Amino acid sequence: MTTLATYRSSRELFANLTLRELRSKYKRSFLGWAWSTVNPLANMLVYTIVFKYFFHARLGPGEPSGLDVYSLWLLSAMLPWNFFQNSVMTAISSLVNNSNLIKKTYFPRDLLPAANVAAGLVSHAIEMGLLLVALLAFGNYRALEELPFVVLLVFLTALFGLGFGLMLSVLNVYFRDIQHFVTILFMVWFYMTPIIYPIAFLHSRLQTIMKINPMTDMALSFQATLYDGTHPGWIELSYFALAAIALFVVGRSVFNRLEGGLAEEL
Amino acid sequence: MTTGPDIAVRADGVSKKFRLFKERNNTLKATILRGRRIVVEDFWALRDVSFEVPRGETFGLIGENGSGKSTMLKCLTQILRPDAGSVAVQGKVSALLELGAGFHAELTGRENVFLNGAILGLSQKELRRRFDEIVDFAGIGAFIDEPVKNYSSGMYVRLGFSVAINVDPEVLLVDEVLAVGDEAFQRKCNEKFLELRDSGKTVVLVSHGLSQVQNLCDRVAWFSHGQLMKVGPPREVIQAYTGTVQVDREVDDAGNPRWGSGEGRITHVELLAPGGLSVDKVRSGDRATFRLRYDMQSAIERPVFTLAIRTVNGFLLTSPTTRDANCVPEKLQGGGTVDVTFDPLRLLPGTYDVTVSLTDVSYSHPYDVRQNVLRFDVEPGSIPETQGAVSLGGTWRVGDLVPDP
Repeated sequence: MTTLATYRSSRELFANLTLRELRSKYKRSFLGWAWSTVNPLANMLVYTIVFKYFFHARLGPGEPSGLDVYSLWLLSAMLPWNFFQNSVMTAISSLVNNSNLIKKTYFPRDLLPAANVAAGLVSHAIEMGLLLVALLAFGNYRALEELPFVVLLVFLTALFGLGFGLMLSVLNVYFRDIQHFVTILFMVWFYMTPIIYPIAFLHSRLQTIMKINPMTDMALSFQATLYDGTHPGWIELSYFALAAIALFVVGRSVFNRLEGGLAEEL
Repeated sequence: MTTGPDIAVRADGVSKKFRLFKERNNTLKATILRGRRIVVEDFWALRDVSFEVPRGETFGLIGENGSGKSTMLKCLTQILRPDAGSVAVQGKVSALLELGAGFHAELTGRENVFLNGAILGLSQKELRRRFDEIVDFAGIGAFIDEPVKNYSSGMYVRLGFSVAINVDPEVLLVDEVLAVGDEAFQRKCNEKFLELRDSGKTVVLVSHGLSQVQNLCDRVAWFSHGQLMKVGPPREVIQAYTGTVQVDREVDDAGNPRWGSGEGRITHVELLAPGGLSVDKVRSGDRATFRLRYDMQSAIERPVFTLAIRTVNGFLLTSPTTRDANCVPEKLQGGGTVDVTFDPLRLLPGTYDVTVSLTDVSYSHPYDVRQNVLRFDVEPGSIPETQGAVSLGGTWRVGDLVPDP
């Protein structure tokens, strides 16, 4: 069945579904697209105040960039995390929210969660573009040289999110509490990942345990490329890449196994 | 799974089971606490159904509610996956299961046309080319750039149909969607539908409208309790179906199907020759009157009588009603007669069947329907034509010199 024509038409449908997500996201809101930058900025403000003025913590300058701005360091791992979290959260409910579409029309069902990830990717690309401008404004030209690595990392983050989203979206059809459970999971996971605090703050044994979490490697890699202006560590990069590919393969196979019953379950 | 070049749709031993949950685990908590002890009852919506539809054929699926015909259609569209057997559809498929199913309320009509078209498998280039045609057909006008949540339900459905019908599929799967919109739009839909059929598309149609099935379909499949009862020519299958299934259905003394709620009945139908004599044959071009005797047990408000004439192989020639003729009384009670006169009767020699019905003014509630209650012959008469079933009384002019346009 997977002829070239079906592939082409589903690619166009994919583009259309992604556009639908993007268009409907900020429909009827006054600030519209500005919200997608207001949110991370508000987060940044809160965390910066807590980190610097409540905890009196100091980050230390990036090596070799020499940059010493906590807010920029925070954003370089928080924006990718937000992209990952938003992709998964919107993908999870994508099948349930489009039950009418699934029950009345046929198209490859994985396009629905995938379109959510793709829509997230578009917003993320804009955010990362703005962050890059800010980094350049603060004189960190090395971030520009690391751009190919940043693109690779964004791609891996998307793959990670897609695999997770595929798996959870189809499970959420069978067990609706998944989405509530995942909200808590993300909250814990976020603080278990060195995004608002540098990993060096932790005891070395704890650091080793933290590195089981592939998101730690994601955060470290983004911080290295964007803030420090150096290549990501090869171990971190390959561990994160392997985790992303593995999760994608597992997510896809879970999805493929369960998608046949979707129209009945919804 | 092999499909011959001339077979467009094939179902091979298709079975579909639905699980009816007595108690089901919809939450993780319930699953963990109760383990795998879910109480399930199997319900076979389809059992071992096989049929083939040759390319270019219009194939109807009929049956009662819950007989499995819609499930069959959903299996053909791949929305449902059969538990056993296989389904093969050759060529580009478009399914009309619900109009506007993919519409997003906040998006404009224009955005939705492109989204819905993509779901139905139309490329963006094609959609751009046909966009004006789609909007024209739906009669949406300036509303096309409004969010569809501001549409009336009629506009919503019209736009949905318009997109779906413009997909230009090779195989069209239709579920009861032709009965949408006002009368004018319905006529447009039927025309478009016939156009598709006549251009050699394969159509599989689920319908409750037996006359629609009889007029449109080349072959019909009758489903009952998930099983395929009979496949064959429309007239044969519909008679088998109507003869056995409906609860309020009976067979009159002559063995013809009859149904309706029965508050009023058509007790007798006869054909009267010019002299007023009851006959069973008339001459082509003579005056002919059909007389219906009715008996209303209770007062019936605004009753409508319909008299349909078919050829013996079931093709509907005409079906005038008292509503068409603006001849609907406010109320009828007791007995009486209704006459409809054709002067001249423009039927050509042959044999014809008459079906009469007594319904409410919207035609939706049948009080009494008597299928093929009267058969009559037309013999050669004053109309000299011989081919076809009717004469439309056209006039010819030959040999005039008219300048070329």
